[in-house]
Amino acid sequence: MATFDLNDDTVVCIVGSGAGGGTLGNELAQKGIKVVILEAGGRHEIPDFINDEWASFTQLAWKDMRTTSGSWRVAHDFPNLPAWIVKSVGGSTVHWAGASLRFQEHEFKARSTYGSLTGANLLDWPITLADMEPWYARAEDKMGTTGTNGIPRLPGNNNYKVLEAGARKLGYKEVHTGNMSINSQPRDGRGACQQIGFCFQGCKSGGKWSTLYTEIPKGEATGNLEVRPNAMAIHIEHDAQGKVTGVVYADADGKQQRQKARVVAVAGNSLESPRLLLNSASARYSNGLANSSGQVGRNYLRHTTGSVYAVFDKPVHMYRGTTMAGIVRDEARNDPKRGFVGGYELETLSLGLPFMAAFLDPGAWGRSLTSALEDYPNMAGLWIVGEDMPREQNRVTLDPKVKDGNGMPVASVHFDDHENDEKMRNHAYQQGAAIYEAVGAVRTFPTPPYPSTHNLGTNRMSANARDGVVNKWGQTHDVKNLFVSDGSQFTSGAACNPTLTIVALAIRQADAMAGMMGRKEI
Amino acid sequence: MRQVDRRTKVSRRVFLRGSATAVPAAAVAAAGVGPEAAWAQEAKNLKPHTMATLVLMARDIYPHDRLADVYYVQAVAGYDAKAGQDAAFQKMVEEGVAQLDAAAQKNHKSPYLVVAWETDRVALLHGVEHGALFQKMRGDLLVSLYNNKAIWAKFGYEGASADKGGYINRGFNDIDWLPQA
Repeated sequence: MATFDLNDDTVVCIVGSGAGGGTLGNELAQKGIKVVILEAGGRHEIPDFINDEWASFTQLAWKDMRTTSGSWRVAHDFPNLPAWIVKSVGGSTVHWAGASLRFQEHEFKARSTYGSLTGANLLDWPITLADMEPWYARAEDKMGTTGTNGIPRLPGNNNYKVLEAGARKLGYKEVHTGNMSINSQPRDGRGACQQIGFCFQGCKSGGKWSTLYTEIPKGEATGNLEVRPNAMAIHIEHDAQGKVTGVVYADADGKQQRQKARVVAVAGNSLESPRLLLNSASARYSNGLANSSGQVGRNYLRHTTGSVYAVFDKPVHMYRGTTMAGIVRDEARNDPKRGFVGGYELETLSLGLPFMAAFLDPGAWGRSLTSALEDYPNMAGLWIVGEDMPREQNRVTLDPKVKDGNGMPVASVHFDDHENDEKMRNHAYQQGAAIYEAVGAVRTFPTPPYPSTHNLGTNRMSANARDGVVNKWGQTHDVKNLFVSDGSQFTSGAACNPTLTIVALAIRQADAMAGMMGRKEI
Repeated sequence: MRQVDRRTKVSRRVFLRGSATAVPAAAVAAAGVGPEAAWAQEAKNLKPHTMATLVLMARDIYPHDRLADVYYVQAVAGYDAKAGQDAAFQKMVEEGVAQLDAAAQKNHKSPYLVVAWETDRVALLHGVEHGALFQKMRGDLLVSLYNNKAIWAKFGYEGASADKGGYINRGFNDIDWLPQA
């Protein structure tokens, strides 16, 4: 395993080791490029994972202080936990459910397809589905996505069977166990899914793709990749010409270190990535790094989500087997006749009893809640993943008062639902309840959104430098050797889980970056 | 379908020692939940009456008739130790209970503990639900009550599964009552 000197200014320094950073790091390492990944969290391997929701949350979640504002219910229910993401090597690929869906063609053209919506800041991506198809194919092959590359889909669990039966009764057609980056058969040195459940708590069988035990060890085996855990990036430095020169970080002992670099790539998830750029303000870049557009931190997307849980008069045991065990895709189309633009997916979801108590109806108490919990074994559940509208005022800023242990302002997250988001969520609540009622549900619950797992859009990609932060390669418009490599690049959110697109973009970016380095452009 | 046995199953060791906290289940079963019970009398930093009131409040906030008192006792037992370390917390708890008792005296001429109907006690709780004690208890109980592994089987929840080989051979797809799709 390589280790690189702090003063080695030939390395690419990547901040974050998740879907974006972990993939980019391995792809570059495979091309012979030296990479240092700074990961804020510790390194927890498969044997360390815990099948226990709160204990696992304590082990893996990003719990550092954040603040919130806005009309979204998360700000009320979880004012200091706007996002449920991971601080550990592998980032949120440790926690993700595995759903790996491609954008639809129109979802790269949100502004031209949906038009100009009042209160929305829609923009077309500078890339198309056709541009992305070869990279999606490489990502699906890398991740072993079911339903692609001849890989069979997973078997459906009880929760899926309830969803499928109800959806078919309603006449839905595109209902299956999903495109999941979870092995349905042994592949790439990893075994098949054992239907453990606890997908959110780190996969104990390794059947689910995570950079932790795929990309990162493969990159490390080349001798070109060093992953430095417990390294919290504080700010990015630049030279007199405005080119970035390295990253200052706090090490495990809280001591500040400086990793010099030829190129810096930011992949700390859509809350930390803009925070790092804003915290890197200097005399030359007084609004923050790469922020001449003023768009750093803006257009924060989190998907229009929510869950529907249903109680039946007979047992389901929804928690047995994969957490996201199947999908209904019929509502993912753009059909403004429903009263909103964009679409949504319905995907099974389950929580264990401890998290169900906390999340079914946050803040609730009394018999309305407890009678539902007593029917826990008779519950089925689904999650809504809908496209939400980018808004300039939905944004990550630096909290004016609250600072972290390194003295740096924490991320403050403001979000107001757009009218389109609310109409879509209500439609999805109705359809979700109808699915379950079609097969005998006696009670349904429109569960509000959890702390955000899909955090997107805060350093968005744009053709024109004034509209966004990065170009079509994820390279910042302002600083040519500074890149963004996570979901914060997203110009719009689409009606699908983001990880496949983040990985595809990272593979593509590695190719582009290596080319630029070879041509001495950066 | 493979079902989960939701009946009470308490091993002798767990029963005698208590599963989650220092409060033994046997002590609660023998003495009940009133302020005169030994576990309440042994509180060092909160009044026995306060401890007993917290237990009833806990049950009224998250009422589960299938749960014995011991689980509610265990869920609030930590407040006594916390009150010993944090004077502001101790004051908040005692004042919160006093406020609730004052409302109970006004409406029912008795302390909260002695108000007989749950409906009446719940109405009193609605009067304090935005207060510090209620909010603290409501949040803490989500973990101290529902994360007590001893109660999971009573809710039909099986907990960890990786150590049992997952559910691939243990009923992940054994549902047998759905209409044919």
